[in-house]
Amino acid sequence: MKLRDIAHSRTGDKGDISNISVIAFDEADYPLIEAHVTADRVKELFHEVVHGEVVRYTIPSVGALNFVMRQALGGGVTRSLALDAHGKCLASALLDLEIPDIARPIQAA
Amino acid sequence: MKTIRIGSGAGYSGDRIEPAVELAEKGHIQYLVFECLAERTIAIAQGAKLKDPTQGYDPLLAERMLAVLRPCHEKGIRIVTNMGAANPVAAAAKTRDIARSLGLGGLKIAAVSGDDVLETLKSGDHRIEETGAPVSSMAGSLVSANAYLGAAPIVAALKAGADIVITGRVADPALFLAPQIFEFGWSMEDWDRLGKGTVVGHLLECAGQITGGYFADPGVKDVAALARLGFPIAEVAEDGSAVITKVAGSGGAVTTATCKEQLLYEIHDPAAYYTPDVVADFSQVRFTQEGPDRVRVAGASGRPRPATLKVSVGYLDSFIGEGQMSYAGPGALARGRLALEIVRERLALTGVEATELRFDLIGVDSIHGSALSTAGGQEPYEVRVRVVGRTGSLKEAQRIGNEVETLYTNGPASGGGATKSAKDVVAMLSALLPRELAKPVIEFMEA
Repeated sequence: MKLRDIAHSRTGDKGDISNISVIAFDEADYPLIEAHVTADRVKELFHEVVHGEVVRYTIPSVGALNFVMRQALGGGVTRSLALDAHGKCLASALLDLEIPDIARPIQAA
Repeated sequence: MKTIRIGSGAGYSGDRIEPAVELAEKGHIQYLVFECLAERTIAIAQGAKLKDPTQGYDPLLAERMLAVLRPCHEKGIRIVTNMGAANPVAAAAKTRDIARSLGLGGLKIAAVSGDDVLETLKSGDHRIEETGAPVSSMAGSLVSANAYLGAAPIVAALKAGADIVITGRVADPALFLAPQIFEFGWSMEDWDRLGKGTVVGHLLECAGQITGGYFADPGVKDVAALARLGFPIAEVAEDGSAVITKVAGSGGAVTTATCKEQLLYEIHDPAAYYTPDVVADFSQVRFTQEGPDRVRVAGASGRPRPATLKVSVGYLDSFIGEGQMSYAGPGALARGRLALEIVRERLALTGVEATELRFDLIGVDSIHGSALSTAGGQEPYEVRVRVVGRTGSLKEAQRIGNEVETLYTNGPASGGGATKSAKDVVAMLSALLPRELAKPVIEFMEA
């Protein structure tokens, strides 16, 4: 399955640093996301866009990860030549990541 | 326990105006806050102020004030905003004139300035954070330097009875934190409560981004009535606990999911969110849906504030020239690619001096590059060629757009819709300044 099936995401920008959140729709899926959406995978996915380090922060209390990516915005939002200078669209690209299908118990209503 | 309701009337300078009127009229709020300063807004406004000393504040200030002053006056709602940009005093004077024209006598307006630290930064031994270069080495190209002030001067203005507080550069959450400090009498060293109040400010500062705006993704995250998106309200209690909600009957939604997205928006380390007032800790925050469009936020805390203030430094960086042209129908992709090749060769042939160039095919791979963009594999019906470059002069920048435009008569078949632009670029860097070197100044005027 795609990450988009179990998580949502938003990108933020500060200078040449982009941050992307990955938030489980259902907090029960957080461990799965934590296991498979690693800083290395994110760096590999964005290798054409992000030229600096990628650091991952975990926020289990809201079932979310936060990726902080340096040298990610064409030298900085205010001077970038990119069409999407803020990198706003990066969040949608991340949700296209492939995540292994794992059968989950169906939650009682 | 005492509670107050704070509404967020704008998420950025150009934001919609009528949701703020809706907040004032139907939101049962005591404070209406407008956060309108993007990173480089002040640097650009500084240019306007230099040309005309009565200018340099937010271009929509008059329109916003005309729309909200009467309902706010009638309901006793105080306004806090950073629409003063590079000239809070002129913004306050303009607001006073508008209040008088509406017959709203007696309104007390405070202008908070002192964030402009350009001369201080130029004269001392300070360095640019990103490059490590001394600020003095950039003296010729600097256009602005504004320290992010904290909540204290806004609190002082509210204590002095201001109905409207207009600031320049202030940390965004501080605009929301100040009314909480003032109303609840919090100490400026009550780090736990300041951390809680800062989370509330952070959640509210982008207005519609927490009420379902910038959230909708049809089929996955559906949001109703986005064209009538309501702006958020925080219901804050004296102990710092808070509920995020919005005006009943407005569009959008406040859910734990919309709140989580906004919590992590523009955050780096969630355990250390630096502001001039507190280092807030968002890492233990929890959200609970208490009812329709009502989400409780809990678990935030804080640690002592930093000894330095962040300064946003604006400088003349370069010039950017750009041209675009569309191709559609069968063979559009091949014609678009040919167009890019021609422009690339022409720029070299005619000796356009660019330090950086981009050749994009919009609709194909312009946003995320070729590796991420080939997933679909299907040829697009239409493409838009985009060539953009950085130069040392406006004249040189104009040559880039011109080369794209000449594809009209010289290029591949059926290119249409050419556009071109050239502009100077004021870019932003940052510096850290010992906090005592930025001295807030408050000026009062009455309508």
